[in-house]
Amino acid sequence: MAVRDQPQGDIGAPANGAVEARNLTRRYGEGETAVDALRGIDLDVRSGELVAVMGPSGSGKSTLMHILAGLDKPTSGTVEIAGTEITGLDDTKLTRLRREHIGFVFQFFNLLPMLDAEENVVLPLAIAGEKPDKSWVDSLLGQMGLADRRKHRPSELSGGQQQRVAIARSLVTRPTILFADEPTGNLDSKTGGEILELLRASVDAYGQTTVMVTHEARAAAIADRILFLEDGLIVKELRDASQQDVLAVMNSLTA
Amino acid sequence: MISVALRGMARRKLRTALTAIAIVLGVALITGTYVLTDSIKGAFGGIFTQVYRGTDATVTGKSAFDLSGQNNTTAPPFAQSLLPKIRGLPDVADAVGGVGGNAHLILQGKVVHFGGAPNLGFSVDPKRPELNALTLVSGKWPGANQLVIDQATGRKKDLHIGQLIGVQANGPTLRMTISGFVHFGGAASLGGATLSGFDLPTAQRLFQRIGKLDQIRAKAKAGVTPAKLAAEIRGILPPHTQVRTGQAQAKSDAKDTESFLNFLQDFLLAFGGIALFVGSFVIANSLSITIAQRTRELATLRTLGATRRQVRRSIVWEGLAIGAIASVAGIGVGLGLGVGLFKLFDAVGFTLPNNGLVLHTRTVIVALIVGILVTVLASLRPAFRATRVPPIAAAREGSELPPGRFAKYRPIGSALLTAIGFALLIYGLFAHGLGTKGVLLSMGVGTLLIFLGVALLAARFARPLAWVLGAPATRFGGAAGSLARDNARRNPQRTASTASALMIGLALVTLVSVMAAGITKSFRGAVDDLWVSGYAITAQNNFDPIPIAAGNAAARTPGVQAIANVRGGDAEIFHGVHQATAVGPGGAQIFNMKWLDGGSSAVFRLLGPHGAFVDDNFAKKHNLTLGSRLTLTAPTGKSVDLHVLGIFKPPTGGSPFGPVTISDTAWDRIYDTPQNLYSFVRMKGGESDAAKAALVRQLKAFPNAKVQTKKEFVDNQISGLNSILNVLFVLLALSVIVSLFGIVNTLVLTVFERTRELGMLRAIGMTRRQVRRMIRTESVITALMGGVIGIALGLVLGGLLAARIDFIVFALPWVQVIIFAVAAVVVGLLAAIFPARRAGKLNVLEALQYE
Repeated sequence: MAVRDQPQGDIGAPANGAVEARNLTRRYGEGETAVDALRGIDLDVRSGELVAVMGPSGSGKSTLMHILAGLDKPTSGTVEIAGTEITGLDDTKLTRLRREHIGFVFQFFNLLPMLDAEENVVLPLAIAGEKPDKSWVDSLLGQMGLADRRKHRPSELSGGQQQRVAIARSLVTRPTILFADEPTGNLDSKTGGEILELLRASVDAYGQTTVMVTHEARAAAIADRILFLEDGLIVKELRDASQQDVLAVMNSLTA
Repeated sequence: MISVALRGMARRKLRTALTAIAIVLGVALITGTYVLTDSIKGAFGGIFTQVYRGTDATVTGKSAFDLSGQNNTTAPPFAQSLLPKIRGLPDVADAVGGVGGNAHLILQGKVVHFGGAPNLGFSVDPKRPELNALTLVSGKWPGANQLVIDQATGRKKDLHIGQLIGVQANGPTLRMTISGFVHFGGAASLGGATLSGFDLPTAQRLFQRIGKLDQIRAKAKAGVTPAKLAAEIRGILPPHTQVRTGQAQAKSDAKDTESFLNFLQDFLLAFGGIALFVGSFVIANSLSITIAQRTRELATLRTLGATRRQVRRSIVWEGLAIGAIASVAGIGVGLGLGVGLFKLFDAVGFTLPNNGLVLHTRTVIVALIVGILVTVLASLRPAFRATRVPPIAAAREGSELPPGRFAKYRPIGSALLTAIGFALLIYGLFAHGLGTKGVLLSMGVGTLLIFLGVALLAARFARPLAWVLGAPATRFGGAAGSLARDNARRNPQRTASTASALMIGLALVTLVSVMAAGITKSFRGAVDDLWVSGYAITAQNNFDPIPIAAGNAAARTPGVQAIANVRGGDAEIFHGVHQATAVGPGGAQIFNMKWLDGGSSAVFRLLGPHGAFVDDNFAKKHNLTLGSRLTLTAPTGKSVDLHVLGIFKPPTGGSPFGPVTISDTAWDRIYDTPQNLYSFVRMKGGESDAAKAALVRQLKAFPNAKVQTKKEFVDNQISGLNSILNVLFVLLALSVIVSLFGIVNTLVLTVFERTRELGMLRAIGMTRRQVRRMIRTESVITALMGGVIGIALGLVLGGLLAARIDFIVFALPWVQVIIFAVAAVVVGLLAAIFPARRAGKLNVLEALQYE
């Protein structure tokens, strides 16, 4: 366990960084009712790293993820993904960047009900107009334990199975970075545990750089590095922390 | 609960507005129809009252039987000697005699006409202006070889007083000087009609009524009532004349216009009804979708203690409110439509008399009742669906409605509905002795049921059909294309109902095209079968009769081998009014008739004073064989005894001959001022430019006569059909527009429903363009589905009708079918513009968080 008071990440290693964010601020509204969701955040995520972002609700963790993923724009600051500065990109370029470099896993799975499991998995490739690599898709489906479920529709799958389809979908393009937004938030604890194992396994097996936003200590504990946000600032960072370590920090923050 | 329903509507303004548009358009057409026809009726009523303002009693010729009003036959004139007798009656202050009829104005060798509006001429009495139908506006009343012309025509053709102009009525063209300009009654224009006035001797020459009158108008001495005057005149009337009070005459004159306007009104109302019917599909569908999306809200209401009844009522109330708002808006739009129609008619040269818009209470009441009723009826099914929302749905994510108790009977039920519909339609078409009303009712209800049944059945075929129709999209549209196809197949019931609205419109336009193609084909076939070769001479407008002198002039053309002049008019035969025709011996060389019972074209030469030939139907109906006897009575009351010399079978497309045809000489003996309908000329050496030029030269004195080749004749004769066709297409386009709004509505609601899904797609790399393409493609697939089903149904219905109607063969209007399919695609593209823009503009983040 290593608790560091210096909250910044490894700034000195941008060469193999998947994401680099500098001085991010985000303000909602104007004048007296303005809310500062982010108030100056620097962050680097290295390739092959699993980073968890934690914090109480309203801490700005979701805003941070949305900005890093190019879904929202910062009020100031810069974000580079795979060496591209994204904050100034127009919608089409951003979309293409998401297509090539970013994978998403959502809390509510967001599968298309009329497509079967396999079709849902290859959907990002279809949208990009690319042919799926059959062996890669097969291995992903096998990895996710969906080999015998590939022709099933979402309505015929359990919540855990649906989320596994969603993970396979996010990995199919081999994205530079995968964003997981409360991936276990809509699952029971046993199934949630299985999903976390799969996320960890994909980092270990494929070196998949991953940023996960969560408020569950158990989920955060699988990360290589945990960032704690409060009032729009990174206030703490843990490495290889246990669930207890995480809970301890959480308690100290909310106290 | 009612306030919940109303507030919900207020919150969903866009959806409510889109739903309401369907009803607004239908109600607008109904209101517009009433306003238009009521206004015209009012104006015409005013005109005729004005025309007879100074007249207390009129005497007119009386036909020997009630005229059909279809065969250019008018009541016979009477001897001018009646006029002095009437003037001599003790209670008559004054009386004026007049003649009138079709009179064509001729400028630079061309007939002046505006569209198909009539060209009318009357005699006027310069000394008795108060008894004239025309009112002098400028210049003087005409003297010998002078005329007055209506001001509207004068302006349009830039005519001036003192100008020379040609006039042709029943004889050759006369040259006259314009002495003044007039109004008809108080109206400056009469729907593009040209009006001219002459002094009596000139008019009698023009209309070939020397020594005869069509009408006498009498003015009573002070203190004598019109009724008393009429009674006094009745005492001295010769046979085949009648007397009416001025007021009664005005009413009688207005009757023809009025019955035409009543027909126009029913005709237009039918299209308003169709638009509303289509609108009801749109409403039912929109409400159903809204209810599916409000499952949670409705379930919450149920958990809070709302009964099924209350839920149902809230939906019906919503329908009622939409119906009321839409109907009121529709009445407003309808008034605008009425004004627009007047302007439109004006723009195409058919200026209608307009004394201001007439909005009767009846119009408002009918529009409100129909609009609200249709909406409420359409909301019933969604309302019952809503009651199936279980309270537990409040706690579930994305729960769906449980199927109803009768869901499993649905396919059988809808098939049964379709079958009953077809049965009724076929019964109406082929059963005997139903009467016009019965036939129309049976056909109408049958067609309605077919549409409902097919719409319900369509849900069963929506998946495979969307699969097929979407195939090109998946090939060329990439992921957006295949997702669009999947989306179209996702909720087959919704896709089918949306498509069905368009289906109705397209089925009807296809049906109309099949009919038109059938008429054209059979007419062309008939002309080819019947008419050997040569030229046809008709009036410039293709249907007015032309003077016999024109036919006689054509007969003198060098190189003429044979000429057949066909005359026609009403006749009374076996106590029924039929169209009778007459032809000369030249017909033997012109027509290639199919004679039954060993007849031959020699019949044409043998007709003589008492010979006749009849068509097979008439022969069968009246048990006529060769040698049978019959009597033909003309409107003049004169009759001729005939015996049957030939029986012919006309081709499917009809023939120029009526059920009974006699010789032209016999005709001219019993009909007053006979005229030709057509003249067919056969030239030596067949058709050639020189032959045509010779005919045209010969007919120079008859500018209203038009020389046409066989092909031109066919095209001209069916050109009227094309105009009717275009009017029908425009009117049916309205229901297509209604269904277009239905597609817009479904797409908008679908985009609402799939907001989060769209957010996800955008997040994982779908561009805005791809999103728009996806919505657009789904729209086109839906529209094409409606198009394909509609066109197929239209062809079936058209085939049935063609099988029933004697003078139509079935013809596939394949060019139109392709155009309609393309039109369906265009409808799909247009409908998608707004929803696709909306979907493309969705904010990814907000969409992802949308519930």
